[in-house]
Amino acid sequence: MKISTIKDLLEAQVICCEEGLSEHVYSACGSDMMSDVLAYVKDQAVLMTGLVNSQVIRTAEMMDMKCIVFVRSKLPTAEMIELANESGIVLLATTKRLYEACGILYSNGLVGNRAKNV
Amino acid sequence: MSDILNFHFDVDGGDFTSAGQASVGVKKNLRQLGLPPEIIRRVSIAMYEGEINMVIHAGGGSADVSVTEEYIEIRLCDKGPGIKDINQAMQEGFSTATDNIRSLGFGAGMGLPNMKRYTDYMKIDSVVGEGTTITMRVNIN
Repeated sequence: MKISTIKDLLEAQVICCEEGLSEHVYSACGSDMMSDVLAYVKDQAVLMTGLVNSQVIRTAEMMDMKCIVFVRSKLPTAEMIELANESGIVLLATTKRLYEACGILYSNGLVGNRAKNV
Repeated sequence: MSDILNFHFDVDGGDFTSAGQASVGVKKNLRQLGLPPEIIRRVSIAMYEGEINMVIHAGGGSADVSVTEEYIEIRLCDKGPGIKDINQAMQEGFSTATDNIRSLGFGAGMGLPNMKRYTDYMKIDSVVGEGTTITMRVNIN
């Protein structure tokens, strides 16, 4: 699924790295616990979270993720945006809750850990 | 087997915000060496979890990474409180982290298990009251 499609489905605003919207992701996860993210997520994932601190960006960086969606109207700090810009990670923000955001992407074909072309 | 490259990092224990900088540095260095992305990711995640642990539990420490032709070795040393029961600490979900740490997204009891999960070799030397040294290796081939 294209990151631009995720943006549209979640009615999200783009915080940074807009140039990455044309990239594809094949898996996704939703969690506020970064250690869980580090344990279970495969390549090319999008992370949905309500957690706001710089370790969210670092976790995504370590996992080679391409996009982070902040849910529940949470917004990243200036420092987080700077880190994301350095790593080329697209940051999106949506008013939807984590459960709802995950459900929308899942029901549109982005099915989680197992890599699948959509 | 002689080392090809060594990297040393001091991990600042007082600043959760900057935790992970050493892992970011290692990841960049390994990329420059042209190593496979999957190997780099495994090393990065294992080291990042270790770095976070040092900041959360031990007030910082040091990280040394050696790259040989056969494997990448990560050695994390701290002078923190030590691990009382290593078998217990290795169980997924076991954590001694505070609620404050959990609110920051860590302390789920996944750190050490994740480090083991992503490496081919892991050894924990810990003395209560003196500190902990963790040695991990990821095979290149």
